[in-house]
Amino acid sequence: MGRTPLVPPEPIPHLSILDEHGRVDRQLEPAITDEVQRKMFRAMLLGRRFDEKMLELQRTGRIGTFPPIKGQEAAQIGSVIHLEERDWFVPSFRETAAEILRGRSMESVLLYYNGYNEGALLDATQRDLPMSIPVASQILHAVGLGWAASYRGSDEVVMAIFGDGATSEGDFHEALNCAAVFQTPVVFVCQNNHWAISIPLARQTRSRTIAEKALAYNMPALRVDGNDILAVYAATAEAVARARQGGGPTLIECVTYRIMMHTTADDPKKYRRDEEVEPWRQRDPLIRYGRYLAEKGVLGEEAARQVEEEVREEIRQAVEKAENTMRSLGDPLDMFDHVYAELPPRLRQQKEQLSRNLAAKEARHG
Amino acid sequence: MAKMTMVEAINLALRQEMARDERVVLLGQDIGPDGGVFRVTDGLFATYGERRVVDTPLAESAIVGMAIGMAIHGLRPVAEIQFSGFLYQAFHQLENHAARLRWRSRGRLSVPMVLRAPYGGGVRALEHHSESREAYWAHTPGLKVVIPSGPRNARALLVSALRDPDPVVFYEPKALYRAFREEVPEEEETLPLGQARVARPGSGPTMIAYGAMLLPTLEAAEVLAREDGVAAEVIDLRTIAPLDSETLAASVRKSGRAVIVHEAPLSFGPGAEIAASLMEEAFHYLEAPIERVAGFDLVIPYFSREKSYLPGVDRIVAAARRTLQF
Repeated sequence: MGRTPLVPPEPIPHLSILDEHGRVDRQLEPAITDEVQRKMFRAMLLGRRFDEKMLELQRTGRIGTFPPIKGQEAAQIGSVIHLEERDWFVPSFRETAAEILRGRSMESVLLYYNGYNEGALLDATQRDLPMSIPVASQILHAVGLGWAASYRGSDEVVMAIFGDGATSEGDFHEALNCAAVFQTPVVFVCQNNHWAISIPLARQTRSRTIAEKALAYNMPALRVDGNDILAVYAATAEAVARARQGGGPTLIECVTYRIMMHTTADDPKKYRRDEEVEPWRQRDPLIRYGRYLAEKGVLGEEAARQVEEEVREEIRQAVEKAENTMRSLGDPLDMFDHVYAELPPRLRQQKEQLSRNLAAKEARHG
Repeated sequence: MAKMTMVEAINLALRQEMARDERVVLLGQDIGPDGGVFRVTDGLFATYGERRVVDTPLAESAIVGMAIGMAIHGLRPVAEIQFSGFLYQAFHQLENHAARLRWRSRGRLSVPMVLRAPYGGGVRALEHHSESREAYWAHTPGLKVVIPSGPRNARALLVSALRDPDPVVFYEPKALYRAFREEVPEEEETLPLGQARVARPGSGPTMIAYGAMLLPTLEAAEVLAREDGVAAEVIDLRTIAPLDSETLAASVRKSGRAVIVHEAPLSFGPGAEIAASLMEEAFHYLEAPIERVAGFDLVIPYFSREKSYLPGVDRIVAAARRTLQF
């Protein structure tokens, strides 16, 4: 009987290794090969420049609506870099840079955002899932994938990415709970970018952090400066290793910021002041990391310029290729593909009917 | 051959498929040591253990969402939702993902899962335990919806569903779980999905039913034979989606009259779709308006009034007579 204090949960570490002023915590600084450093920088830069290019294409009507990722490159690349080819990546919809690092082509991204289903087709070697739009719903698929991986005795790791808004959804909690109960090899990466369209984090949760939500599920968690790629890298290395060794799931909260609009269809001026955004521009993950690599002698000015040129050229070619591909796509009858393994009779009839209508229209218009 | 209830027949299908295929795993609430609230998975935990008969936290979205991930990985998960009235908490997982991942991934991924859930009235249950909402799933492109009407076809249809490359919603008429026994062969038996069956041949009217409504419909046919000298043809739909409109139309082209029976609410129910398909494929053969006998457009009442809600023999006979007297 009585009112006794319960054992408090484990404290959650917060990780910051490379701060916005370029200072480095030498004790925590992860040992990363030059090759991987350059790969990460290139992937971040490509993500940034591709985002800018897509905004330009969207504003000139060459693609439809898309969700920009600007400012979140470190959170994406620093986590996904740890996945092997045999691992699974389960994205939501604001992870273009991560998806590209995993092998998705920029061409497919452009097709997708210009309304072609073909854009969701991933490379055959990629085990990842296509983008998922209903918020948080994909997180459960990651738990199922992880469950199956364990069942089959493999050491595959599954990484699910989602935003702060997703942590209000039931599926997020069901996923964390089940992953913990079944000890599935899943790394949950939350990109806390502070905004879910117009809803600020304070209206999303009363929790002081998102990371602490893992405590209720007795799951290890880490909170990191999401604009610090070294911190993201170190935290995810720990989580991936734990999952791979059968130690179960981890929740990582990357504290970052959505510099741009939710998608190109909205105007953030209606709901947030620019003064709030400005300090986050100062915390830009790309500038910070570039400076770090320069000081470390991993990427000199000349080399950085070269990467910049290569990336721009790669994007230019991808846009050209996508626009060429689009010209050969668009047969309306293709919409009947892949609904079922085999088209049922009534769908066959509907397809034939559309085919006849199209032929008649074609004949009318010569 | 052993005489089995539907519960035993479904159990046999699961047991044999699990023995045949390591990829078949079960997940759901109370399906382990408890054997499921209707005892459908009785004994499977003892045979296959917690590795393959997985009791989950009480979370429908998680059960379906995890099953999707498992299926993508190449397993053949069978997700049990305790009552179909609780499946709505996983609605988005079926609609947004299970049904679409093949399509979204341009055929690279598939979701070969079976979702089993008891549906329908007739067991004196509490609210949310008696509804018949198969139309939701039949309306969702990418899903198949199968409803057996007896032990033997329940077993054979479930085996086919388990081997199907696409997600199948398998609604089990709980009123029939222990209503009667049938010979069910020990050796493998399958039935093609998407095919209706003539359960009682006749010249007409055509009477279309499925699940728990097959029995009163067959009884109504018997009354019509006895009292009206009419040889009704009864069709057991077995698969709601994709609809076997060909078998239905073939019967109506012969009979000129159709009565559709289901316990789901009338408006926008499967009967509406069946009637429309008959208009498309057998319009010139129709001698009378198509009749529907269905649940009312209500929440199914608590069980003291349930009987008046569910289509009974009298309502079915009356509808058939209206088509004959038109």
